[in-house]
Amino acid sequence: MAELLSLAGVHTHIGRYHILEGVDLIAPEGELTMLLGRNGAGKTTTLKTIIGLHRASAGAVRFQSRDLIPLRTPEIARLGIAYVPEDMGIFAGLTVRENLVLAAREREIDDRRLKWLFGLFPPLEKFWQLRAGFLSGGQKQMLAIGRAVIEPRRLILIDEPTKGLAPAIVGALIEAFRELKRAGSTILLVEQNFHVARSVGDGVFVMDTGRITHAGRMAELAEDAGLQRRLLGLSLDAHQ
Amino acid sequence: MIDRLLSGDLPRGRVLSFLVLAVVLALALAPILFPGQRNLDVAARICVFIVLVASYDLLLGYTGIVSFAHTMFFGIGAYGVAIASVRLGTGWDALAIGLIAALSLSAALALAIGLFSLRVRAIFFAMVTLAVASAFQILASQLSWLTGGEDGLTFRIPAVLTPGFRLSEEPILGVMITGRTLLYWGVFLVSASLFLVMLRMVNAPFGRVLQAIRENDFRAEALGYRTVVYRTSASVLSALIATLAGAMMALWLRYNGPATTLSFSIMVDILLMVVIGGMGSLYGAILGATLFILAQNYLQDLMKQAAAATQGVPLLPELLHPDRWLLWLGVLFVLSVYFFPSGIVGRLRGVER
Repeated sequence: MAELLSLAGVHTHIGRYHILEGVDLIAPEGELTMLLGRNGAGKTTTLKTIIGLHRASAGAVRFQSRDLIPLRTPEIARLGIAYVPEDMGIFAGLTVRENLVLAAREREIDDRRLKWLFGLFPPLEKFWQLRAGFLSGGQKQMLAIGRAVIEPRRLILIDEPTKGLAPAIVGALIEAFRELKRAGSTILLVEQNFHVARSVGDGVFVMDTGRITHAGRMAELAEDAGLQRRLLGLSLDAHQ
Repeated sequence: MIDRLLSGDLPRGRVLSFLVLAVVLALALAPILFPGQRNLDVAARICVFIVLVASYDLLLGYTGIVSFAHTMFFGIGAYGVAIASVRLGTGWDALAIGLIAALSLSAALALAIGLFSLRVRAIFFAMVTLAVASAFQILASQLSWLTGGEDGLTFRIPAVLTPGFRLSEEPILGVMITGRTLLYWGVFLVSASLFLVMLRMVNAPFGRVLQAIRENDFRAEALGYRTVVYRTSASVLSALIATLAGAMMALWLRYNGPATTLSFSIMVDILLMVVIGGMGSLYGAILGATLFILAQNYLQDLMKQAAAATQGVPLLPELLHPDRWLLWLGVLFVLSVYFFPSGIVGRLRGVER
C-alpha cells in the first residue's frame, strides 16, 4: 500500500513542555491504522500536530508528499483531512443538519452520500433538525464521525471515539469503521479500547512518552499477549 | 411567503411571534396610531436602534466578538451625512456622497481593526476597539472646523422630507402626511429591509460558520474555515450596517454631535438592549431596543403619574419622583437580567419548547 501520511522525527512542544520527541509514523492509503498507548503518551498531540492545531518544532509531516508543517489548520483540512477530536467537536447550538452542512463547506450535500451516512448512523436521520447539544453521547459521536465523512476525505483522524460509550454504541461504531474501510477511507484512529483496536485495525503504532515504541500489524499484536502486556500494560486490558 | 421573507427563521413560539408582530405593526402605523412629534421621534429612534442593536448582535451574539467601536461606525454614518449636507448643500446628491464616504471609511476602519487585531485574544480585541473608538470621539470633538466640535452640526435636508412639506392638503386616515411622516416611513422601510438582510445573512451558510466560530473557533478551523476571514467579514458587515443606522439617525434629527452618536453611554445602551432582548437572535434586537427606548422616554411620565397617585403614602411619592427615573431604569435592568438570563427571546423560546 502506498503511504498517504508520514511523520518522520516529529517533535512538538506545548509551551515549555516537550511532548512529541521524534515520532515516526506511516498511514498507508486505504488502511485503518491504530495509534495506541497509555494516557499522556502523546497520541492526541500527534493528531493535533498533523491537523495543525499544534505546530511541530522539528521533523516532517507529509501528506501525499506535501509538507504540512508550514500550513495552517484550514488549509490542511482543505487538502482532504478530517479530524474528529476527543470531545467530538460538534457545534451544540446548531442542528444535526447544520453541523453536516458546515462540514460539507461550500458544496451541497450529496443525496446518495447522505443516504449512505443515514444507513451508517440511523439516529442522524431521526434527529435531523434537533440541536446537536440535545443528542446523547453516542449520537454526538455518530454526528462527529458523520461530519468527518459527509464528504469523501482522503484521511480521517479520529481521537478516542468510544470513550465513555455504552457497549451497544461501541458495536455500532465498530461496524461503521468497517464500512468506512470497505468504502476505501484511510483512517488514523487513536483508541484506548483494545477490543475496538483488534476488531478494526490493520496496522498499529504504539506510543509511550512522546515516541513510537512499536510498529507492526494489528493482527500480530492481537495474537501476542506478552507483547501487549509489555507495550501497553494494564491500562488497555482494563478497557477490554 | 413570510417564511421566505424571514429566511425560514420565524420567531418561534406564540408569545414571541405576537410580541414581534405587535412591535412591527405599531412601528409601521406609528404616524396613524400615535400621532404627535414626540411619539414619532420615539418610534423613529426605535427603528434606528433595532438596526443598530441587530448589527451589534451579528458581532456579539452570532460571532462572539466583543467590540466597543460600534458607536464609532454609528457616528461615522451620522457625520458623513451631516458634513456632506453642511459642505455640499441641501440635496440628495450631498446625502449620497456623504453616505458613500461614510461607508467607505467604516469599511476601511473595520477591515483594518479586524485584520490587525482579530487574531489576538478576545479581551485584547475589545481593548483595541475601545482605544480606537475613544480616539475617534476625541478627534470628532477636536476637529471643530469639520465636525462642529462639541456643538455638533445642524443641517438642512431635502424639502420633501421636512415638516413644511404636505403630501396633500387633506388629512389621510385622520393624519396630515408631511415630509416628516414620509421621512419616518422611509426610516421604517430602510430599517425593515436592513433587518431582513441581516436575517438572511445569519441564516445563510455564512451565518452558520459565524455561529460555529462563536462556539469553538478551533473546531471551525479543523473543518477548513479560515476564521480570521469570517470574523473580519462579520466585523465589516456589522460596521457598514451601523453606519447606515447612523446616517438614518442624523437624517431624522437633522443634527449630529459627539453626544448623539459617538458617546460611550450609547455603547452601553446597545449592550443592554442586546442582553435584554437576547443574544444570538435578531428578534432580540426588536424587543430589546423597543423596551429600552420606551423606558428611556416614558418612564419619567409614568413615574410622575404614579407619584401623584400615591400622594399621602409615606416614602412612595419620594421614591417615585420623576427625577429618580434612572434608579428605576437600573432596577428594571437588574430584574430583567435576573428573570431573563438568556434574554427575553431566549426565555420565551425556552418556555414554549
